[in-house]
Amino acid sequence: MSTSTTPAAAPEVAEPPVKSSTPAAPAGSSVWREILTGLLAVVLALVVAAVIICLADPAVRAAAAYFFASPGDLFAAAWHAVGPAYGWLFRGSIVDPATFSSGSATEILGSISETLVYAGPVTLAGLSVAIAFRSGLFNIGGQGQVVIGAATAGFVGFTLDLPWPIQVPLVLLAGMIGGAVWGGIAGGLKARTGAHEVITTIMLNYIGVNVLALLLSVRWFQAPPFTDAISRTVNPGTKYPRLFGSSLRANIGILVVVALCVVVWYILERTTLGFRLRAIGINPAAARTAGMSVGGGAVWAMVLAGALCGAAGAAQIMGPSDQVVGGIDNGVGFDGITVALLGRGKPAGVLAAGLLFGALRAGGQRMASQTGTPVDLVSVVQALTVLFIAAPALIRTVFRMRAEGSSLGQTAAKGW
Amino acid sequence: MTLELTPEETRVPVVEAPRPVRNLAIGTGSCAVLCLLLGLGAGDSGRSSLRLNSPGDYVSIPLITVPTTLTAIVLAVLVAAVTAYLVARRPAGRVRALCTWFAVVAVILAFLLWAASGDPNAQLDAVGLLQATIFLAVPIVLGAMAGTVSERSGIVNVAIEGQMLGAAFLAALVGTVAHSLVAGTIAGVVAGVLVGALLGTFAIRYQVNQVVLGVVINLLVLGLTTYLYSRLLQQDSAGLNQPGTVQPLTIPVLSRIPIIGPVLFEANLLVYLAVVVVVVLNLMLFRSRWGLRTRAVGEHPRAADTLGINVTRLRFRNSLLAGGIAGLAGAYVSIGSVGGFGINMTAGRGFIALAAVIFGRWTPLGAMGAAILFAFTSALNTALSFIGTPLSIPSQILGSLPYLVTLLVVAGVVGRSQSPAADGVPYSGR
Repeated sequence: MSTSTTPAAAPEVAEPPVKSSTPAAPAGSSVWREILTGLLAVVLALVVAAVIICLADPAVRAAAAYFFASPGDLFAAAWHAVGPAYGWLFRGSIVDPATFSSGSATEILGSISETLVYAGPVTLAGLSVAIAFRSGLFNIGGQGQVVIGAATAGFVGFTLDLPWPIQVPLVLLAGMIGGAVWGGIAGGLKARTGAHEVITTIMLNYIGVNVLALLLSVRWFQAPPFTDAISRTVNPGTKYPRLFGSSLRANIGILVVVALCVVVWYILERTTLGFRLRAIGINPAAARTAGMSVGGGAVWAMVLAGALCGAAGAAQIMGPSDQVVGGIDNGVGFDGITVALLGRGKPAGVLAAGLLFGALRAGGQRMASQTGTPVDLVSVVQALTVLFIAAPALIRTVFRMRAEGSSLGQTAAKGW
Repeated sequence: MTLELTPEETRVPVVEAPRPVRNLAIGTGSCAVLCLLLGLGAGDSGRSSLRLNSPGDYVSIPLITVPTTLTAIVLAVLVAAVTAYLVARRPAGRVRALCTWFAVVAVILAFLLWAASGDPNAQLDAVGLLQATIFLAVPIVLGAMAGTVSERSGIVNVAIEGQMLGAAFLAALVGTVAHSLVAGTIAGVVAGVLVGALLGTFAIRYQVNQVVLGVVINLLVLGLTTYLYSRLLQQDSAGLNQPGTVQPLTIPVLSRIPIIGPVLFEANLLVYLAVVVVVVLNLMLFRSRWGLRTRAVGEHPRAADTLGINVTRLRFRNSLLAGGIAGLAGAYVSIGSVGGFGINMTAGRGFIALAAVIFGRWTPLGAMGAAILFAFTSALNTALSFIGTPLSIPSQILGSLPYLVTLLVVAGVVGRSQSPAADGVPYSGR
């Protein structure tokens, strides 16, 4: 299945890394190709994860012991271990067919609602990492920025008591400012002293978590009995209005996320700032020669990235959680990295990847509660998906696809 | 637009211009001010006591008690003198590094004096502090060695964390099942090598961005070990997760030397092994054929290739070696100190090791120094919670001290450090 292009092209040789940015193939086909690659990567990741489920399952291992006596038992046991888990993964994230009979929209939309709840923050964190990545920076500080954003948003949320049309924007803004400050520290250090952002953002994660812990122990932040490390409860106006009625948790936060995707796309593709950031990301030396301030770009990129993570933190307070607690970030900061990579650093891609991750998380929770399969399996699926996406040559080998231009991560030669 | 970061082919050759001394001088200058402030802010007793002996020493050292403010001011003056010297003479290389370390140590001393000055009966147990430092330093030192080995040959190793975590898991599992801590340690090394192989394969064969790759591998290992832990180890803790702990090995005579003895010669085998790794690595990297080749491949792979070095193979092997060393660190984390595996038990120490590699400017000894500094600030955290400091510092602030110190040091002192030129740049050989 390998030829049909030029006969000269040797099919099996991995093409040399494309140094300059690839001359774009016809846009339409390449988009479909990317989506196809993404789906194949998810499938491959699910297959590998299924193998892991089987390895950890006592019944499967018992059946494997007498495989040659009765091979059918092994497959039956494997199906029994994997089938229900993946079934609930689907039912918890997309739709549960059992709810159709009830005919109530609330029940049918339940799974989608949960998917949206998880997808919102993780998409924002993904946008954050993406905007930094496009500017040539690696923002591993999502966790700290989310935590600080949640803390500032929470503070405004329980201090002010206004009607929601006023309060919601204020809380969101507070979260974004908190995150922007935290991200800006890393950007400023990079610009002033050249300290590498991978190191500084990691350190700021730990410091941010400690700052939150400190806040959760001071009088003006902690909830009244002052015994538990938990903040005061936010006032009702802080919450995003619900999207599908009050019994489902999905809220208009997801619309805000979509809007922010558009804003980020606009900033990156249609403004001078975005042009500067992208130029710095592609070649800082050339950007400097062209008169752009590389340091200033780093500050801007990290401030924007921090603001987006701060919005993710605020979304936690405005959605599922009423109080700020220690683990308020819920792993969103690190998931954002994988979401950004899966979405190839483009806002639309990040949104799609965020929805996929939200679905996996929502489904994973349901899978854990229904079958006892630990939800951490979802992390494995996510990591494997990105790993496969990042190595298109691998996907091509597995699925015998034709070779085409390079893609994310590949040949992205960036050291320290 | 595809997301791409182009190879830094245009990297400007480093002309060794006189390195700006300003940032460093600001750093050491603030160290001097800090010493002064700590001295002036001394607690009520005005004295600080330092206990240096421990039971069983050959010589018992009397308790050292000094006036806090005076000593801190002397330290401040010394650091100020060093700062003045830096500004006036602009030294380079070793002298410069020495000045930096002097300022850092002086601040730590001043801080200790200050902390011990509150309660007249408080004695700072220096030996206990240093023991805790060694205990905490070992995994970070070993992780930093792993980072140094792979980065010197041009593979950015963000996956140290994953290599350590995977190793901690397998070491605990195999150690329990085989009833042998030696087998557990070996299994840990094997796990590290396997993760290193994953990193090497994707970085070299598929040329995936190595920072991306490291982050993803960490996530993968975290998910996998947590899943298997809840599925297997937690269900049957006695049969799968009780490997026991490597016992300390007291070296007969040396262990009774005051201060040094209890700190260095009452540790377990893995600690001694870590010291051997650092020394051997430092020798090998700068004095052996392998070391020369490794550095050549990390700086200019094409030149190395032209001279007949197999760049791909060397990089892959170093990736495996790095995995093995990180595996040792992981084994220490589970069976070397705690005696079992716990979810995410490396808790970011791989990332700290990565910071130590950069802080130590990609040399084994430098990275070890950085790792020990970090471990020391962590140990301080526990030590200070025992004696009442003059101002009560919330534990959360003390908890972020190690990270804050690393941040300040990376920003203020290290700054734009020069990595191996081809670090993170895939090599296609064409």
